[in-house]
Amino acid sequence: MIQVENLTKRYGPTLAVSDVSFEVQKGEILGFLGPNGAGKTTTMRIITGFLPPSSGRVRVAGYDIADEPIAAKKCLGYLPENPPVYTDMTVNEYLAFVGRIKSVPRGELKKRIGEVSEKCSIADVQHRQIGKLSKGYRQRVGLAQALIHNPDVLILDEPTAGLDPKQIIETRELIKSLAGQHTVILSTHILPEVSKTCQRVVVINKGTVVAVGAPEELTARLQGYGSVLVTVEGPAPEIMSKLQAVPGVNLVEPVEAMGARVTLEVHTEKNRDVRADLARAIVESGWGLFELKTSGMSLEDIFLKLTTRDLGEEAAHAEAAASAKAEVVN
Amino acid sequence: MRNILAVAGKEIRAYFHSPIAYLVMAVYAVLCGFFFYSFTATYVVQTFRMQAMGGMGMPNMTINDYVIRPLFEGVLTIVLLLLIPLITMRLYAEEKRSGTIELLLTSPVTDFQIIAGKFLGALLLFGTMIVITFGFIGTLFLYGNPSAKPLIAQAVGLFLFGASLLALGMWISTFTRNQIIAAVVSFAAFLLIYVLDWVTAYSNGPVSSVLSYMSLTTHFDAFAKGVVDLKDLVYYLSVIVLGIFLTSRSVEALKGRV
Repeated sequence: MIQVENLTKRYGPTLAVSDVSFEVQKGEILGFLGPNGAGKTTTMRIITGFLPPSSGRVRVAGYDIADEPIAAKKCLGYLPENPPVYTDMTVNEYLAFVGRIKSVPRGELKKRIGEVSEKCSIADVQHRQIGKLSKGYRQRVGLAQALIHNPDVLILDEPTAGLDPKQIIETRELIKSLAGQHTVILSTHILPEVSKTCQRVVVINKGTVVAVGAPEELTARLQGYGSVLVTVEGPAPEIMSKLQAVPGVNLVEPVEAMGARVTLEVHTEKNRDVRADLARAIVESGWGLFELKTSGMSLEDIFLKLTTRDLGEEAAHAEAAASAKAEVVN
Repeated sequence: MRNILAVAGKEIRAYFHSPIAYLVMAVYAVLCGFFFYSFTATYVVQTFRMQAMGGMGMPNMTINDYVIRPLFEGVLTIVLLLLIPLITMRLYAEEKRSGTIELLLTSPVTDFQIIAGKFLGALLLFGTMIVITFGFIGTLFLYGNPSAKPLIAQAVGLFLFGASLLALGMWISTFTRNQIIAAVVSFAAFLLIYVLDWVTAYSNGPVSSVLSYMSLTTHFDAFAKGVVDLKDLVYYLSVIVLGIFLTSRSVEALKGRV
């Protein structure tokens, strides 16, 4: 449904997006993940035809966005980072205007407005002025705007930004319900979002794609070992040697010490749960067990691992470049 | 066409849902009304004086030449220099500031449709100002008998003059997200084009005649007299086309810099 080939975008000397390629299948939800200033917004703006790429091509529903922009844009719904609303219009007036310029047939306009208002739960504010709505409502009006012409492809730039937790869950459910009939690309720097809504993830950093795959695949690929965090009250050296002796444990490392209480990270062999054995070892020795939990690689760890890889001494340099890029993008 | 009308409708809505339209119309009505009254009152006093002197001296003081023409020639154009920037300043600057430009440029409409819609919307607001003008002039028909034909040329002239400024002002509005900057720059630019023909006062030769030809005033004189000259029509239509063309180039360059 969406093909992105060798996309590169330069702003003067800075490279905002470098040779990005990926494809999205029909009905799929693709998560676009990366730290701020990674090039997510730039890539999305190129896909929607708002920005011309320096090189590379984008096809939406078979139409090249550069050669047939009108045909491609008819298949596109786009929610930018800041919902593009006219604050002096009421919700209904705004949706009617957007429907008109998105070629919704005159006869269907009213029905479509009703449908999207229902879907995005903004029906209760349809006669209110958008400027007087809260950020959460505005965000959902923006989402309704992207859906008004029932597009095949939806590009959502941080769709849950500014929403309260309940609204975030509702929006996620809404996006999930769109899968199948719509193809969705959604960008975010919030990780749980990706694992909860997306079937596939493209991780982007400093303008290049660093990983592509299902969230579970990424986790599995990077997880070389398991680890358990234990907080115990007792003499640290003795605890460490005792835990080291538990079968299945590779290594015990101190993480934090507070008074008589120590937190240790216990690295274990892959696919082996040693928590019961660890608890027994501690309790049998008469120490106080305060906490015991697995710290398997979360998406956060993967994200950090992917986006901070080989940073070393260029870290400062990269940071500066990224913030410069972010400024240009904004 | 549907897209153009949708954009034009949105612009009209925006003008009349903000104080801008009412402010511009009110200021115009007050200024236009004051000048109209002054010219008319002066005319009345002078004609009385002429009669008292036995009708000697200037024989044919027509109301067209002594009230309507100076109104168009001397003051209305200057009032427009001041007020048109207030109409055009928001056209693109506001879309850029609020981010709605992203909606327009990613919708299945061409740049030209957006520009045409915005221009049409601004033109309609300006049209109400022409209506106000002729509302004042219409009262002359109640108490006197001015000739109506020159009024057509004057209306066409004022319309073209304003439309040219609107096209240029729209172009200037694409450069900034700040409406005040757009208004100030537009006003300065309009004033400069307005007084370009002053060069003829202190120099002659090809440069000065070209500059004088480019001036907005040079081409308004004939219209104010009640004459439609093809040369002037071509000039104003060219300025309008140029303004729209420059706007479309500027919007093209805008992509990527917003």
